[in-house]
Amino acid sequence: MIRVEDYRRVAPPGVVDIILTLAERVRGRRFLHLSGGRFGSGPAEILQTLVPMMSDLGIDAAWEITGGDPGFYTTAATLQAALRGSERVLTDEALDHFVEMNRVNAKKLALDADLVLVHDVQPATLVEHRAARGRWVWACHFDASRPQRRAWTFFRPFVNQYDAAVFALPNFSRRLGVPKYVIHPSIDPLSEKNRELAPREVAGVLRALAVPQDKPLLVQIGAFTSADDPLGVVNAYRLVKKHHDVRLVLAGTSGGEPDSLEILGELRETAQADPDVLVRELPPDASLQINALQRAATIVLQKSVRESFGLGAAEAMWKGKPVIGGFVGGLPQQIVYDVTGYTVSSVEGAAFRVRHLLNAPELIARMGAAGREHVRRSFLITRHLVDYVALLIHLSR
Amino acid sequence: MTLTAAQPFVFTGCVELRQALDHRATDERELLERLEEVPAGSVFYHTHGYFLRHRPITTAYGNDFASWVATQVRDQVLAERLAVVNPFEFASLEHVREELASIIHDHLLRLPAVPRVEFGEPFYFQQSHIVEVSLGAGATTLAEFRAGLATVDASAIYFHMVEARARLGRRAGDFAEWIRTSLGMPELADGIELIDTYMTSLERVRARVLALVDGALEASPR
Repeated sequence: MIRVEDYRRVAPPGVVDIILTLAERVRGRRFLHLSGGRFGSGPAEILQTLVPMMSDLGIDAAWEITGGDPGFYTTAATLQAALRGSERVLTDEALDHFVEMNRVNAKKLALDADLVLVHDVQPATLVEHRAARGRWVWACHFDASRPQRRAWTFFRPFVNQYDAAVFALPNFSRRLGVPKYVIHPSIDPLSEKNRELAPREVAGVLRALAVPQDKPLLVQIGAFTSADDPLGVVNAYRLVKKHHDVRLVLAGTSGGEPDSLEILGELRETAQADPDVLVRELPPDASLQINALQRAATIVLQKSVRESFGLGAAEAMWKGKPVIGGFVGGLPQQIVYDVTGYTVSSVEGAAFRVRHLLNAPELIARMGAAGREHVRRSFLITRHLVDYVALLIHLSR
Repeated sequence: MTLTAAQPFVFTGCVELRQALDHRATDERELLERLEEVPAGSVFYHTHGYFLRHRPITTAYGNDFASWVATQVRDQVLAERLAVVNPFEFASLEHVREELASIIHDHLLRLPAVPRVEFGEPFYFQQSHIVEVSLGAGATTLAEFRAGLATVDASAIYFHMVEARARLGRRAGDFAEWIRTSLGMPELADGIELIDTYMTSLERVRARVLALVDGALEASPR
């Protein structure tokens, strides 16, 4: 049972009262979320908490998902990848089938609501079947600024049937015929990934992962892909290692893509040659392990070279850690330069900033504290809830 | 001086809903051109709104334009010239826009080439919609006002001291106006009206108002 009152002890002072007052104005109104599934990261991870919080506030909140045959799911995934900018093949037949399957979904779902928030691509064409009343908003959780042209030509007419769209950053969208609102994603401070852990719990998890805590830990959590640049992190670590006796932990998922497997192979070779480089492949539900690793870290790296709006930096800052991140996607929004960490554009830049922090332990503590407060104000799920309720109020004026 | 106001002061917090506009700039000339054509609400968002968004951390540049020029274009001269523009000193948003535009124009006249973003991010113009939130039952005495002010969400400080003055046309700010007209304390009202809300944090503004109110409470007959 998720209760909004439980967040009073972690949210900024006064925010829960603002939520309760705003909720009074929309009590009893129906707020429907539509997404492609109930599990995994992205919108599903956020909705698992947001929808119960809305219900707790007396809002008639519902969450429905769309489904279909394997061809439907494949086309949805291909279309979303193409809208993210990957070169994919989309046939007219596959797209027609995708739209047809959502026509079937529309017959099964109760789409009547004061505000319908449609998350990402899979349910997006349901807008063709919107009821006469209520506002429809498309919430895009990825960077759609450089879509494959054919995919965008197909998809744009659907987006323009909405009353508005929501993006995580203003630069994540193309020009549209509807208003574009900007709502950053958020982390749940009470979830398994972010809840407080006692030092004993952290030590237990690290023991299970075979990560000794006898040296300062540099930690990067992320996929073993070129986008997250774990090899760049290894090179930065090597530059640091000449001056500081540290240990590097790279933890994440491989995903099974050829590029990813190649990188993982290289990382394993590196780890074999250097006992202070630890590579840990985590299962998709490794929330507790991620939590413990971030808490055990001295400095957290998020040296991505391509990214949408991942929240790894916010998660680490919530645990009081300074973060050194790439200058891409949502990282500059999360990392306040020289206050909560540093954004960098090169391996050398990352190494320089790690050395800079290791040489100034008081700075590590100060930046960690500033980062936690920055996240408390700007990246907790309570702020996300405020934004969604404000959107409902604004659009139904 | 009136000990109990007939009209209570109701603290109002606010939530800012951001809207992206289809205007962006990749160099300083584009910044000037877009600045001249965006809605006034966008000028407000990137100047006054800066203080709501950056409230936990003391701001370094004072507005988004100066911040972008400094961190993305890396033109420190223009950044410094834009940073000292205090939006609270101008009678209207059009005057703020004019001042900013004339500074950029003057700066470009002195340069052989237009500074542009090489490795950083373009400037994306936005505007905001404010959703007001009434907080609490309202204060009818200075002591109740003090108690409310000490605990109210920081967005209420922004709403009554910034939004009310700059966008809602209540030039004195709501705190000073209520203390002057409902409590009949013009000296305290003048003191609050003089508080500089530029280049500081909302918490510091709160602390300054509280200090003035505490002084008035100590001086008043018990």
